[in-house]
Amino acid sequence: MSETGKTYALFAMVVVLIIGTGVVQSWNSALFILNMGLISAIMALGVNLQWGIAGLLNVGIMGFVALGGLATVLVSMDPVPDAWDAGGPRLFLGLALGAASILAVVMAYAKLPKGWARIIGVAIVAIIGFNITRGVLDPAVQAVEAVNPALTGYLGGLGLPVLIAWPVGGLFAAAAAWVIGKTALGLRSDYLAIATLGISEIIIAILKNEDWMSRGVKNVIGIPRPLPYEIDLQADPSFVERAAGLGLDPMTASTLYVKIGYGVLFAIVLGILLVLSQLALNSPWGRMMRAIRDNETAARAMGKNVTARHLQVFVLGSAICGIAGAMMTTMDSQLTPGSYQPLRFTFLIWVMVIVGGSGNNLGSILGGFLVWFLWVQVEPLGAGLMNIITMPMAEDSAIRAHLLEGAAYMRLLTMGVFLLVMLRFSPKGLIPEK
Amino acid sequence: MDFLNALVVLANFVVIPGIAYGSQLALGALGVTLVYGVLRFSNFAHGDTMAFGTMVVVLVTWWMQSVGITFGPLPTALLALPVGIAATAVLMVGTDRMVYRFYRQKKAEPVVYLIVSLGVMFIMAGLVRFIIGPNDQSFSDGERFIIKVRDFKQMTGLDEGLAIKTTQGITVVTAIVVVAVLFWFLNNTRTGKSMRAFSDNEDLALLSGINPERVVLYTWLIVAALATIAGTLYGLDKSFKPFVYFQLLLPIFAAAIVGGLGNPLGAIAGGFVIAFSEVTVTYAWKKVITYVVPDAWAPEGLVQLLSTEYKFAVSFVILVIVLLIKPTGLFKGKAL
Repeated sequence: MSETGKTYALFAMVVVLIIGTGVVQSWNSALFILNMGLISAIMALGVNLQWGIAGLLNVGIMGFVALGGLATVLVSMDPVPDAWDAGGPRLFLGLALGAASILAVVMAYAKLPKGWARIIGVAIVAIIGFNITRGVLDPAVQAVEAVNPALTGYLGGLGLPVLIAWPVGGLFAAAAAWVIGKTALGLRSDYLAIATLGISEIIIAILKNEDWMSRGVKNVIGIPRPLPYEIDLQADPSFVERAAGLGLDPMTASTLYVKIGYGVLFAIVLGILLVLSQLALNSPWGRMMRAIRDNETAARAMGKNVTARHLQVFVLGSAICGIAGAMMTTMDSQLTPGSYQPLRFTFLIWVMVIVGGSGNNLGSILGGFLVWFLWVQVEPLGAGLMNIITMPMAEDSAIRAHLLEGAAYMRLLTMGVFLLVMLRFSPKGLIPEK
Repeated sequence: MDFLNALVVLANFVVIPGIAYGSQLALGALGVTLVYGVLRFSNFAHGDTMAFGTMVVVLVTWWMQSVGITFGPLPTALLALPVGIAATAVLMVGTDRMVYRFYRQKKAEPVVYLIVSLGVMFIMAGLVRFIIGPNDQSFSDGERFIIKVRDFKQMTGLDEGLAIKTTQGITVVTAIVVVAVLFWFLNNTRTGKSMRAFSDNEDLALLSGINPERVVLYTWLIVAALATIAGTLYGLDKSFKPFVYFQLLLPIFAAAIVGGLGNPLGAIAGGFVIAFSEVTVTYAWKKVITYVVPDAWAPEGLVQLLSTEYKFAVSFVILVIVLLIKPTGLFKGKAL
């Protein structure tokens, strides 16, 4: 079978799997898999840009995804006027002072002569800057967080349409990626991996603890939607009539309508990003990136600035992850910092890219859908398998209860085995790079 | 002004916890650094390896407790430790045979190993959660304290008390013994020397007839022991939760890099640098300062630089500073 034929066949298989879910389980869960599959495919596209095309190891995808989620809150939630009155301007003054002190520390490091003078000077600047910043910031934070903590206790957002948050999420992620890239790129490849792992943990810690910004573990719920609410649809007579025309009850019809709406929106974003990525891949820029990946020394000898190109592609890939993160939070209409788990949001994306075919955009999209499908479906399968295995055991057996309870973790195991088997027997992935 | 009381507070809340935590990180970082030195890749499965070893220790401890075996005033877990090390060693060597050896024969790039270790991490994480579940488990028993706050106050007549937990004492003693044995092994035995030679210059080592498979086998055995011991000590001191062990990956890597990847001495120094920075930055200094300065100057706030939730930020910032200023680490990395 030709390569193109194989690609078509694999994508057809994904379609069959999702439609099969619709027929066997329910159309609601099929659409859920489809929508999250679309988002996963976008994340995989971003990581593929970094790893498949440039050979950069980003182990902090979770952080960039979470930044996208934060963007949704900051852009689309209504501002909380009381909180702004209580300490908004002072809070921003504090943040500005913090940024200024970091700048001052960097300046001090650059200007002072090497040796003890530099160490002491930098320490003094850092201590003064830190104390001023905290002095301005802390009371403001307390004042903001004291405003109706059960419902708000944060500054809120800008109250803009939520779709604006998607590109903004990308910008947030890009900014974080730029800082990380500046520090860790140009060193050994493992260092970037560890630095990104660190920044992602810190971003999650910030989301969990800075209540004035994201309400922390109290979660932000009711983020505005780009689509109508199910309740409104059910109350709309013309919608009910059309649903009845299709032979659906209004309840099911409204949920399907919303889910399909998201699916269309996500598909448009994925389509745009895919076209851009393909154009980039086949442009002189894409050829240069692959040349750098395959032989850095040769690329350097040809006069290419490897570190700058790496920084560029790292920022772009992270921005795509940020966009996907904003889309996901929009679909959930809530930001729950506690739900960001590295296995799910970082390492699973890696499985998608490797399994799909690193270096091939279509491959990572396929991996996104396929691995997401497996991730969702292995759990019920594992539970079913455990039920069969434990059938002969007594109803109240402790081992049986334990095995059934542990079935949920089968999917971690499955994903690990899946990744290792692919790496060993088909390291180029399902749709290899051309 | 009361320096003695200030010193006691400092020892109680900063120095002793810092030493214990530093020893745990040092043992973890030694494992990472050995894998890096001999097999030349950053092992992302190390945190979950620690979790696996500790899990076996926890299970054996529970079994021992249920049949009534105890270790007197010491935690039963110490008796269970050899079983945990053996199980982890079997797992490590098995993983090497089934997974890593293939890539070694192909002479794969270090990055490929790193991704392979992600797969191994997934499997181990699944295994641990499948067997013992994702929740907190406590398995510490025996005498809780070496010195209690009240006894210390009676002994010295000071206002402030000092407590040393048994687990802290055990951690430090075990760490010293393990490190001493490890360095003796690396410097004085034939296998240890061949490991160092292999790490220093692979081609030269192969040329002089060192069997690479043997070196790799010993490395995994040592790493299994180090990971299990580090994990068990951490679990005894705090508690055992699989996800926390994954999160330890960051301070452990930071320690190994700060000290210089591949350098065992550096790993130990790095462990203490990271641990003490974490403890000092997240400690509320109010009490110590109140004792040291005149009453009028006593601070109003807690004088805590960062809240404890940001302890990972500390290891990260140190890591970034070292990467920016001295990427090879405090001690020159690379060779064992």
